[in-house]
Amino acid sequence: MKSIADWALNVAEQRGASYADLRIVEDRSRSLSTKNGKVGAASQAESLGIGIRVIANGAWGFAATDDLSRAGVEAAAARAVEIARASARVKEEDVRLAPEKAVTAEWLSAIEKDPFATSVEQNIDLLLRVDAELRAVVGVTLAEANMNFRREEQWFYSSVGADIHQTKYTTGAGYAAYAFEGGEIQKRSYPNSFGGQWQNRGYELIEEMNLVENARRVGEEAVALLKADQCPEGVFDLILDGTQLGLQIHESVGHPIELDRVLGMEANFAGTSFLTLDKLRNLRYGSDLVNVVADARAEHGPGLGTFGFDDEGVPAQCVPIITNGEFTGYLSSRETAHTIGETRSGGMVRAEGWNRLPMIRMTNVSIVPGEKRLTRAQLIADTDHAIEMETNKSWSIDDKRYNFQFSCEMGWEIKGGKRVRMLKNPSYSGITTEFWNAMDAICSRDEWVLWGTPNCGKGQPQQVMGTGHGASPARFRKIKIGSAYKGN
Amino acid sequence: MLTQEQAGEIFRRIREYSTADEVEVIFYGGKSALTRFANNVIHQNVAEENYGVSVRTVFDGKTARATTNRLDDESLQRVVRSSESLAKVQHPDPDLLPVAAADACAPQESRSRYFDATASITPEERADAVGKIVHRAKQHKLITAGIFSTSESIEGIFNSSGLSRWHQQTSAEISITMLGTDSSGWQKANSPDVTKLDATKLGEIAAIKAEKSAKPQEVPPGKYMVILEPAAVLDIAGFMFWDFSGLAVLDQRSFLNDRVGKKLFGDNINIWDDANHPLQSGSPFDGEGVRRQRVQLVKNGVVERLVYARATAEKMQKSEHAGKVGLIEATGHGFALPNEMGEAPMNIVFEPAEPTQTIEQMVASTERGIYVTRLWYIREVDPYEKILTGMTRDGTFLIEDGRIRHGLRNFRFNESLLKMLSNVEAMSEPVRASGEESFDMVAPAMKVRDFNFTEVTKF
Repeated sequence: MKSIADWALNVAEQRGASYADLRIVEDRSRSLSTKNGKVGAASQAESLGIGIRVIANGAWGFAATDDLSRAGVEAAAARAVEIARASARVKEEDVRLAPEKAVTAEWLSAIEKDPFATSVEQNIDLLLRVDAELRAVVGVTLAEANMNFRREEQWFYSSVGADIHQTKYTTGAGYAAYAFEGGEIQKRSYPNSFGGQWQNRGYELIEEMNLVENARRVGEEAVALLKADQCPEGVFDLILDGTQLGLQIHESVGHPIELDRVLGMEANFAGTSFLTLDKLRNLRYGSDLVNVVADARAEHGPGLGTFGFDDEGVPAQCVPIITNGEFTGYLSSRETAHTIGETRSGGMVRAEGWNRLPMIRMTNVSIVPGEKRLTRAQLIADTDHAIEMETNKSWSIDDKRYNFQFSCEMGWEIKGGKRVRMLKNPSYSGITTEFWNAMDAICSRDEWVLWGTPNCGKGQPQQVMGTGHGASPARFRKIKIGSAYKGN
Repeated sequence: MLTQEQAGEIFRRIREYSTADEVEVIFYGGKSALTRFANNVIHQNVAEENYGVSVRTVFDGKTARATTNRLDDESLQRVVRSSESLAKVQHPDPDLLPVAAADACAPQESRSRYFDATASITPEERADAVGKIVHRAKQHKLITAGIFSTSESIEGIFNSSGLSRWHQQTSAEISITMLGTDSSGWQKANSPDVTKLDATKLGEIAAIKAEKSAKPQEVPPGKYMVILEPAAVLDIAGFMFWDFSGLAVLDQRSFLNDRVGKKLFGDNINIWDDANHPLQSGSPFDGEGVRRQRVQLVKNGVVERLVYARATAEKMQKSEHAGKVGLIEATGHGFALPNEMGEAPMNIVFEPAEPTQTIEQMVASTERGIYVTRLWYIREVDPYEKILTGMTRDGTFLIEDGRIRHGLRNFRFNESLLKMLSNVEAMSEPVRASGEESFDMVAPAMKVRDFNFTEVTKF
């Protein structure tokens, strides 16, 4: 790979690039799914290519190709420089990169069992056993299950001498039961909706999820929801499970802290952010209990945002985002760090693959669990009257990340410290900072799970990225509940 | 670009390497470039070239797929082995049909969707067009952000029954946001032919929206008469077309469960799927190489038909639903096999409602209402009543006494598509429109009564 890199870097330099870096990525995946007792999809894929990023005339250019012959790579490098020169026709000032020491390094996801070493028969057998359990429940009309593995091997080189080789494994699995009856469709998912749980781990993650053991309950809950009461509309206290809180963090903390978004670089598509630069260390984002970090280091856990180095060659870091309720940090890059007075990037830049430009992405944006021991059961017991919700069903937030509305698959009314009735179609809405300031309890480390969001979209052309979100159940006071069905 | 002849040669080699009963190979890829701008400068500028093959093999009713972007002999042998080893360990699928026959449902000669002007555009030409947009933004004292993208792509399918299909097209797209201190405006257009896109004109429309929506005022949420621009119509309406799949009804995950043949929308709603429509784009065949038929999905508000992949049509014929879901036949809307989704109509065309009205006429006849240019982050709240939530964005206005008065703070809506398409009071001539939440369509602007806004945000 070094010789391929040299072809590209030499041409970029000869053509006048002041800086160049490149990523050669070899990607391999297996994707399996079942539906109502049959295999739904069965596919394997591989991809190899190079993406070359250059600065010439003070502006960016990027070109990617699947042709790794010398002629193909050199042509791509020349194209990147040509594109950069075109970019410079519409610029105001030169790109400034925060300095970063070039390193030579190796990094590998900590996995115990290579998922690709497991047999497809074994994978499908597990999914079909889940499927059988789900459909054993009378009233389940559709059962879907999936399992996915990915291995990404990346070589990063730069014109200032970086040489970083990283290999990352991603494993994910989950399932859903649907029940249709009398003009209504209800759904329950496990262990999370939209694909289940995903982490940078091996097959050991699948084995730990107790997929078969939970399937009967999940099917029964889907059917029970058909007979459940509609979630009431009004202002109530709210308890969220960890999966939903993880998505709440993703949408109302993770996206608004992206510095490229704050600076207007995403204004045409993903939007901007209410977190303008003046708000850094000058905004009460949440209550004193709210502590959020963006942590890409392995010690945070094997999240989808865990790595050794980002796609600019910057080492993984932990950045405090919200500290005791105060807004303290953004997600930054080498290009944007100076705008917040930093001399170094936070190391949060990644690309979907070899053919996409690296950009600021969430790493593991996680809420710190409560210090005093508090289980979910204890939290419920401590609650006089509230609506508890779990597992996301739909999510929506405005393009500055103020107003949000989430629906969940299942809810419970809590009265006198106990669940008194199941509720269907629960939803809640609010304004980001008002919501986080209403948090008055969060469960402790025993309930904290590093959830994976495998489908975060951003950029043009759009890139899909995996992000991590550690969360434990939490309680919020006086939240607007149930407006999703208002007027319908 | 990968040519049909080169693809045919690769297919011949793949057949040689394979021991499967049947083989089907899909070719994909092309060249694309995207110039992205923000804060009145080009900040990202990318180009890509990539081609791949996706090989499906079949053994005794068992099938699977493997994909690679490496086209050398060794890689092709590996992708064939990968597909075969995966297929052999599947359980036999009783619904699996033989690969499509060569002469069955051959596509008609499709309209040319390949334009040299689009394929040959240079980074400098894209940059100069962006320069014009930036110039227009500065004239209006606004900041602009957006994209100018172009591509040429191929899509091909060959199988061991002798089927051979090939489609080549170009695409160009410009999307522009203009930002003021407390407002914004947006305009987007695309075409296979880049000469049909006028960057300056699109920038001017976005700039006027941004200027007119400055100093937005707040009005309370509630049910309002709304006028939705075509992009807003397609972004919200697009959420229902996945449910027009035969397999979605067989799976009972569609809002059309027990509703095909019923009147769900207003008399003025007529919707087709028509890949050959002059304003549509895409290939004339589906994921198995079957010709995409023109299908009327909704007639005078009644759901007439669903679309079908070959296997779904056979399954539906044998099901309890046969006789209750209209005409059942393979319509050429299947996705590449194997998959869980079956099929979907992806070339939606709204039929003009006579008489059509211009947007200006719709505004002039509105005593009080809301004018919506763009919707954002739309998600499904209820799958059977098709309640969708989302936000307005980049230019929302109050209409009073037949005139647009001023900009408004953005709303959250929670609206049932069934209600919305039953409350359409007027439609414009349908145009080729492009949004962000759904695929491109030929869609009109709509004037809709009692559109349900439930909250207001802070800007």
